[in-house]
Amino acid sequence: MSDDVIITPIIGLEIHVELATATKMFCRCANRFGDEPNTHVCPVCLGLPGALPVMNAAAVELAMTVALALDCTVPDFTKWDRKGYYYPDLPKNYQISQYDLPLGARGRLAVPVTGDDGVVTTKTVRVKRAHLEEDAGKNIHDRGAGTGVDLNRAGVPLLEIVSEPDMNGVAELLAYARAMQRLVRWLGASEANMQMGQMRFEPNINLNIESGGRTYKTPIVEVKNLNSFRALERTCAFEIQRQTAEWRKDPEGFSLETLGKQNRGYDDAGEKTVFQREKEEAHDYRYFPDPDLVPVTISDDWRETVGGTIGELPLARRQRFCDAYGLAPAEADALTQDAATGDLLDAAVATGAEPKRCVNLLLGRGAAMANERDCAIGALGVTGVALGALAQMIDAGEVNATAGEKIFAALADGDADSPRQIAERDGLLAVRDSGQLAAWVDAAIAANPQAVADATGDGKKQKKAFGFLMGQVMQKSRGAAQPSEVQKLLSEKLS
Amino acid sequence: MTDALDMTATQLRDAIAAGDVSAGEATRACLDAIERTDGQLACFNEVYADRATQQADRIDQRLAAGESVGALGGVPVAVKDNMCTAYGRTTCASRMLAEFRAPYTATAVTKLEAAGAVILGKTNMDEFAMGSSTEHSAVAPTRNPWDTSRVPGGSSGGSAAAVASRQCPAALGSDTGGSIRQPAALCGVVGFKPTYGRVSRYGLVAFGSSLDQIGPVTRDVRDAALLSAVIAGHDPHDSTSIDRPVPDYAADVHTPVEPLRIGMPREWFTDALDGEIAAALRRAAKTYERHGAELVHVSLPHSRIDVADDGALSSYAVSCYYIVCMAEASSNLARYDGVQYGHRTDQAGGDIVEMLCRSRAEGFGEEVKRRVMLGTYTLSAGYYDAYYNKALKVRRLIARDFQQAFERCDVLLCPATPSVAFELGSKTDDPMAMYLQDIYTNSLNLAGLPGLSLPIALSDSGLPIGMQLIGPALGEQTVLRAARMYETISDAADHKPSVTAS
Ligand SMILES: [Zn+2]
Repeated sequence: MSDDVIITPIIGLEIHVELATATKMFCRCANRFGDEPNTHVCPVCLGLPGALPVMNAAAVELAMTVALALDCTVPDFTKWDRKGYYYPDLPKNYQISQYDLPLGARGRLAVPVTGDDGVVTTKTVRVKRAHLEEDAGKNIHDRGAGTGVDLNRAGVPLLEIVSEPDMNGVAELLAYARAMQRLVRWLGASEANMQMGQMRFEPNINLNIESGGRTYKTPIVEVKNLNSFRALERTCAFEIQRQTAEWRKDPEGFSLETLGKQNRGYDDAGEKTVFQREKEEAHDYRYFPDPDLVPVTISDDWRETVGGTIGELPLARRQRFCDAYGLAPAEADALTQDAATGDLLDAAVATGAEPKRCVNLLLGRGAAMANERDCAIGALGVTGVALGALAQMIDAGEVNATAGEKIFAALADGDADSPRQIAERDGLLAVRDSGQLAAWVDAAIAANPQAVADATGDGKKQKKAFGFLMGQVMQKSRGAAQPSEVQKLLSEKLS
Repeated sequence: MTDALDMTATQLRDAIAAGDVSAGEATRACLDAIERTDGQLACFNEVYADRATQQADRIDQRLAAGESVGALGGVPVAVKDNMCTAYGRTTCASRMLAEFRAPYTATAVTKLEAAGAVILGKTNMDEFAMGSSTEHSAVAPTRNPWDTSRVPGGSSGGSAAAVASRQCPAALGSDTGGSIRQPAALCGVVGFKPTYGRVSRYGLVAFGSSLDQIGPVTRDVRDAALLSAVIAGHDPHDSTSIDRPVPDYAADVHTPVEPLRIGMPREWFTDALDGEIAAALRRAAKTYERHGAELVHVSLPHSRIDVADDGALSSYAVSCYYIVCMAEASSNLARYDGVQYGHRTDQAGGDIVEMLCRSRAEGFGEEVKRRVMLGTYTLSAGYYDAYYNKALKVRRLIARDFQQAFERCDVLLCPATPSVAFELGSKTDDPMAMYLQDIYTNSLNLAGLPGLSLPIALSDSGLPIGMQLIGPALGEQTVLRAARMYETISDAADHKPSVTAS
């Protein structure tokens, strides 16, 4: 092959998101993950004879929220359709879904993409449709003989968001998937926890190849049910490689026109995709309007009420943090992964605190604790008022940075006292009484003659010994001394 | 206890309330009647003798304590075997559900019990309500109490035959294309299908979801009004149930409709109709006229019945009806796969697809399989527009015809069935002939309207002839009052079948 081959991956993504409603889509069973199999079931979600579905309006509202945040058109009229296929985890052997009139259509999501050069650009991915349906149950193979079916998940509201094939590489694909995860979490529409299967991916991938003045298109490959970003990444990287290699072997034969669409499955262990029978593709779902449910009419009022709850979206907030608070893009990114953390920052700044000082606390001790607890920084339990007060105390030199982190940790651990009360109670207020400081320094010098000797000498132990004496003073002050003051005084006394 | 068996539900309720007969006696009389005659008739698939007796005794205790016991206090009622009850089996007369025990009770049955009714048992039917003769029951064919060599109609044949033979005063049936009205006509009792959505379908095993409706089978119109008032009403478990107040049908059923304009659809009074039935209907119309009603001719063009040169009948309504109900049935019955409940083959050898196919092949009867296959076909890619979608359009035209007709009249007077009860086995080899039993009844299921069939005469062969009255949407009161008018001025209800328990 000559060098003028230009290969462009064409990638579209279907994302399934379980909505965080209290109850299921068409019955009042709890929508809860992780409990004993078949403990959240009733005649409706078991698909028992005679049972009838009743729509959960809360699920429709959450789905509308996402659709509107994606700039989708939300129609005045939508309806429910039955999608028929036989599978043991699908109790009715049809799924209540939306066929020709989805809840949302023709939207878009702006996605920040970091290039290989580290430069962040914004890619806009078009959203073809977003429709609501009920999730299926889960087959369980690891409990005794045979296969079991857990129907706790059956009937959980599931939003399927289908993109146009607008992504041209793995980086864009992952950025889109992550942005969607952040968005649905941001909106409170889903926890989008991958391990719990609350977010699942089905990418479709092919290549557009320009070579020798001709355009080639490779067969579109669809991969079902990917449960992690890693699997999504590996699948697409593998497919791009594989399709490139296949095309190089047989540019005429390996084409969309000849082979059409194919299904491949992801092999987790081998980190590759494997061919699946064409039979899967031949599915005829026999869609027809579900006669058990009435169509949904969406009034302007309803649409506006739901739209009014959306508020500022991540990208807009990120920009505002940079512009108004003077944050670095990386800081703004870290603070806009979820809505609560940015809300906390805004609330603290509103008390008159310096944004930068608040951000240092949030991304310092805050990020570390959030990481330990596997939660958002904004979910640590620190209020905006407390954070603001603490930041102002640090700025005023009333507590030092170390004490500030201790107070932040106490607040995050549920301490009910105010930052000032904690500082006073725990003796963390910075000591500015020079007499007291001098007394601590003198005491440390008197108690450690060897360290003093090392520190005043010019041997290689000098630095370490000075640090040791600093530590002794800080310890005596129980952290309340301002380190810069201690250093100044100690240097003076030793010189 | 012959007296109790001859009483209507209303009479029995009043007699129980007055202390003339106890609820326990009434229930034991019915159980005894079933014991004596059901070997011959096969009306019941299951009888809840102990539970019913206890229920009745409790009613008597409450009466003795001076409590009020409800609009059906102590009245024994049978329910069709496609309504779920948290006790006993709910089989749909199918091998598939032969051992199925529902964990919950259908709303209509719950309402009956809340009104003091005693549930006697489950009545026989065509499998999954698919049929017009009750011969498609996997249990046994029910026999017509007027002539046991003949069918009782269907699919609610067990309910109609049980009420006709005095095994019980009242029963619930379900009507998808005529399944209450046609057997009521063939058994000489009253059958009423309310407006679609008037009675909750929750707990009614689905056949054609957009058509199915529960209704009463009784011995007179007053009882039909009584039971309808009890079971009707909005149900939060059924999104398609109508959220409108339910009038007390029984309270004003005796009030004549005045003036009454009766529409006679000209498309249904043609050569296609049996001469004896046509004559009986015209006599009934004259009777109404003599009592002040005005007869008007109306037209239902899309429910027209065509007669081919060879005498074969056809109708848009029948074609449309069968496409809709089979499509819905193919989807509704998909859940019977042997995975969670129902019949599971022991011949599958561990393969899930084979298990599923064999379980369905073994569990369903021929008629059910035929409809599931036809329905699957009409919903398939490439055929949907030609069949299902077109049927939905025809359905709208049929409904519009009725709307226009009701601009000129209060009720429609028409046949309930094309013939009187036929011999067992005479149509089982000819599905089309069986489907044509619905020819006068299924249009109004497509339009969602209320319809009632009541006995008006006996044929020369001594078999009941029914008349169907149809009302506009939510016109239950008009239909019931118009039917009651006829009932009070004629003596048709006085005839008794040859097999009776009383
Ligand atoms: Zn449920």
